[in-house]
Amino acid sequence: MTSTETITRAEYCAIACAEIFSGAGEIMASPMSTLATIGARLARLTTEPDLLITDGEALIFSDTPAVGAKAPIEGWMPFRKVFDVVASGRRHVVMGANQIDRYGNQNLSAFGPLQQPTRQMFGVRGAPGNTINHATSYFVPKHSSRVFVDKVDVVSGVGYDKVDPANPAFKYLHLHRVVSNLGVFDFGGPDHTLRALSLHPGVTAAEVAENTSFEVAGLAEAGVTREPTAEELRLIREVIDPRGLREREVQA
Amino acid sequence: MRDKRMTLDEVVGELRSGMTIGLGGWGSRRKPMAFVRAILRSDIKDLTVVTYGGPDLGLLCSAGKVKKAYYGFVSLDSAPFYDPWFAKARTTGAIEVREMDEGMVKCGLEAAAARLPFLPIRAGLGSDVLNFWGDELKTVTSPYTDESGKAETLIAMPALNLDASFVHLNLGDKHGNAAYNGVDPYFDDLYCMAAEKRYVSVERIVETEELVKAVPLQQLILNRMMVDGVVEAPNGAHFTLAGESYGRDEKFQRHYAEAAKTPESWQVFVDTYLSGSEDDYQAAVKKFAEEQA
Repeated sequence: MTSTETITRAEYCAIACAEIFSGAGEIMASPMSTLATIGARLARLTTEPDLLITDGEALIFSDTPAVGAKAPIEGWMPFRKVFDVVASGRRHVVMGANQIDRYGNQNLSAFGPLQQPTRQMFGVRGAPGNTINHATSYFVPKHSSRVFVDKVDVVSGVGYDKVDPANPAFKYLHLHRVVSNLGVFDFGGPDHTLRALSLHPGVTAAEVAENTSFEVAGLAEAGVTREPTAEELRLIREVIDPRGLREREVQA
Repeated sequence: MRDKRMTLDEVVGELRSGMTIGLGGWGSRRKPMAFVRAILRSDIKDLTVVTYGGPDLGLLCSAGKVKKAYYGFVSLDSAPFYDPWFAKARTTGAIEVREMDEGMVKCGLEAAAARLPFLPIRAGLGSDVLNFWGDELKTVTSPYTDESGKAETLIAMPALNLDASFVHLNLGDKHGNAAYNGVDPYFDDLYCMAAEKRYVSVERIVETEELVKAVPLQQLILNRMMVDGVVEAPNGAHFTLAGESYGRDEKFQRHYAEAAKTPESWQVFVDTYLSGSEDDYQAAVKKFAEEQA
């Protein structure tokens, strides 16, 4: 139906974001950006029909609408109940990140010293609770060495080197994937370090290395991100994101 | 039953500098903005503020009213997202912060509501939240071990006890029964439960009978035990959204954020919107909307 040449980088990101939820089952998918939202909805329309998704405010969707569209609902999820879900562990969040280090520590709070930052962002938001309670993944639309840093300024999302193995309170920490405009990664490298799983077609290992401050495990061996199926392309282009918002978040 | 109706300025007259106050709502959603504007008109200062922060915290920072802030986040919820006055207070080191996970705010208010010194929570472990708080945030170890014989050590979230709380709801009576409408109560009942003095502004004050007929039982989130003062403040959450009453005034919020960029543009904003009464503010806001139409 569609030749490989016409598949955009954003569309590879969309299927990579969908695969974040492979095997997730009946949990709440909480994507925090456009591509992650497209991915969660694509997963729900293909292999993961039991995912719960919301309108991002307080309503649980029964159907799977296009990005920005309304749909019939099946339940209520005000913010207060979201914190109950977080504590229950039945959730997989895909957050953004201003910084990520090789152990998965993440920052979306601020740059600079804690009590007098050089640049203020959101504060830690729900990142500490998310990362300590349930599966967490990250989506980074512009992979650069300013994002993938040696050390984050503020640890809002908890990384693997912060885990105290003697304390079972850390037992639910699971950083599942990092999807960027360059490829798909996890923390399966030595000592839970960032590892390349696949690079999107057209991306070289050198390009990833140049845009990452630290060494990426498995980079030389990483294969190529798989092709989307014809059905996935149809769902992305015609059903979930007919306005092409994905191309604004990830440029080719 | 007591008639608790008050004016905005009477409420602020009961405040003192140095108090710890809670502000209801969430980000740029159903914030008690008329109360915030009334605090700006007063000489109250050195406040410690507990909030899911938005332009409420921003405005208080613009007037140098905040000494210390406890928050899960600060967001305008739409572009430019980061509140410029909060950002300025932070980058100049003007305020001391006890930044925490969003779930820790709920937990701390629940502890205060139940008169407990702390509640255990997982959120915060391993993160820089511990460094934002220093000695003020400690852990607690379970007296019960898990199946492997290990005991969990958790964050002991201290009670967020408040001297006063300010919330804005859609409908209430003169005794303090009040309801939200729309999709989310946020945490306004918890703020009232955690505070000594509790003030609610509402879009409209109605008789009790009309209130309970207007909404389902589940939306009656405040009862008389949770409220000391009721203020009728139509459009009192402006420029944040307010359930079914109105959406966010995105144009005005952008104007607020733009105005913060230079001392000159902020002085114009203050002169136009923040130098008179609440009625003056509402008239100027109406004029702005007409000019922008």
